[in-house]
Amino acid sequence: MSITAGAGDQFAPTGGALVEMSPRPADRGVQARRATWYKNPALMAGLIITGIVLIAAIIAPLITFYNPITQNLTDALQGPSAAHWLGTDQFGRDTWTRLVYGARLDLRIAFIAVLFPFTIGVVLGSIAGYFGGWADTIIMRVVDVVVAFPFYVLLIALVFVLGPGARSIYIAITLVGWVSYARIVRGEILVAKRQEYVLAAQSAGLSNTRIMGRHLLPNVISQAIIYGMSDIVQDILAIVTLGYLGLGIPPPAAEWGSMINGGQNFLSTHWELTTFPGLAVILVGLGLSLIGDGLADILRPGQ
Amino acid sequence: MSFVGRRLLQLIPVAVGCTIVVFFLIHLIPGDPARTILGIHATPQRIALLHKQWGLDRSLAAQYWLFLDRLLHFNLGTSLIYGTGTSTLIWQRLPVTLWLIVYATVLAVVISVPLAMIAATRQNAMRDQAVRAVPLIGLGMPPFWVAFLLIYFFGIKLHWFPVGGYGQGFFGHLRSMFLPALVVAIALSPVVIRSLRASMLNVLGADFITTAKSKGVGGPRLFWRHVLRNAVIPAVTVLSINIGFLIGGTVVVEQVFALPGVGQLMLNSIFQRDFPVVQGVTLAFAILVVLVNLLADMAYAALDPRVSFDR
Repeated sequence: MSITAGAGDQFAPTGGALVEMSPRPADRGVQARRATWYKNPALMAGLIITGIVLIAAIIAPLITFYNPITQNLTDALQGPSAAHWLGTDQFGRDTWTRLVYGARLDLRIAFIAVLFPFTIGVVLGSIAGYFGGWADTIIMRVVDVVVAFPFYVLLIALVFVLGPGARSIYIAITLVGWVSYARIVRGEILVAKRQEYVLAAQSAGLSNTRIMGRHLLPNVISQAIIYGMSDIVQDILAIVTLGYLGLGIPPPAAEWGSMINGGQNFLSTHWELTTFPGLAVILVGLGLSLIGDGLADILRPGQ
Repeated sequence: MSFVGRRLLQLIPVAVGCTIVVFFLIHLIPGDPARTILGIHATPQRIALLHKQWGLDRSLAAQYWLFLDRLLHFNLGTSLIYGTGTSTLIWQRLPVTLWLIVYATVLAVVISVPLAMIAATRQNAMRDQAVRAVPLIGLGMPPFWVAFLLIYFFGIKLHWFPVGGYGQGFFGHLRSMFLPALVVAIALSPVVIRSLRASMLNVLGADFITTAKSKGVGGPRLFWRHVLRNAVIPAVTVLSINIGFLIGGTVVVEQVFALPGVGQLMLNSIFQRDFPVVQGVTLAFAILVVLVNLLADMAYAALDPRVSFDR
């Protein structure tokens, strides 16, 4: 068994074998770009931006000087000053502190939330694409049903019936979000399973699970990862939107969406209360989008 | 069988699936749905009545059948707050939402086509890089936050547009709904710009463009007659794929601008825990997406002679 497995592995494009088998310049380009990933400007800029926000979120207690939740009504609605860099909200809470703690909450939920639909979508998409037949039919019909609902409508309805809190957000994003990954991976597998290295592995008698896990998945997963970067941005927007509507993480937790919601009544006098949380969302979105673009540049052949 | 007939047949499993999803929404409520919906102060009689009304005391299959039977009679349920049928409430508010969707689509095209043109005609130049940066920032902007920025500048500071409401008459709507439609259009344009730019670059590199150039066609004529016509089709596809996103985006925007549309009905019903209306509106939105997709497919087949669905 180990000998046949080895024979099959030889055809897997993990080493330099595939480049020599199909000497397309694009493939050599991919190899070169992968080796020098740190020279990709989009990827590096994205990593730096996202890294700074992540570090700020992690060391939040060290770079803030107030409690994000405790109210201090004597300091309410102050403009930016030396004591309060970005001013205070209507309850006298420091905006900078709440912004940093908001990053903690929103990013944690978004990064966890993206894992479930990613995993489920990749597994179901692989099954649909590889086996075809009735498994494919059933999975793709379910996909058709989920995409028939507008993303935000189904998300809001699900979070409403499940009740407020992070758990509901995870469940709702998973139920709505897996379909994109399933579609992407299924499409990639449909193309990849006709390639020589898969046919070779099949004729060598490898099990379907092994072919999918060891041979197909490493080749098709990059598309799902690239999509995942923009999906995290979408998830952050969804979490912030739910927070703004009062359906997400309940107050008084520091959350960007509910911060914008709190600031909207003071728009004409204290525009900074709504502006800064929004800018924070954009900054994170920019960082993750740049990472996605950089990864696409490195991982996609022939672009 | 005709293309339309087959396309309608394909819709049946999707439609049935949508009703199942909406039906099960009520069973996702933790605990007894009737008690949760009516609140902790509800009398046992009212809870028992709701159980009977919705068939909660029967088996799941029987409940679903009851639900389906109501739907087949165009009954989307009765509001717990207003006492009127959900379909009546939706029907009253549908024009506002349709206005917003069409207006936003037009604005998205008006924003995206010139930007994509600016980018694609000089690939990798400064202006191309600038346009390519738009989606990077645009995709991360929360639509309701963009709405507040626009309200602040154009409503509060400049007084150019009203900050909420639907307006009176055609031109009243056009003015009142400009900012809401612009917000939805800004949320949508990044994807449209991206795909339009990519397809324009594709077309610009195609052989028939070289041929046209060699025949002496150039400048605006080349662009309008040869490039844009061919590049627009993929953009239409992107628009129709994202119709769900577009329609979903109207929910939040209607809330921010106090527009009396279907999305606002949904959110108000959520805040009032008017469950039958939430359920009905969710299904109505799915029907809307499915219908718009059907229309887009048909228009697509009619517009592009190369597309044939007869395989």
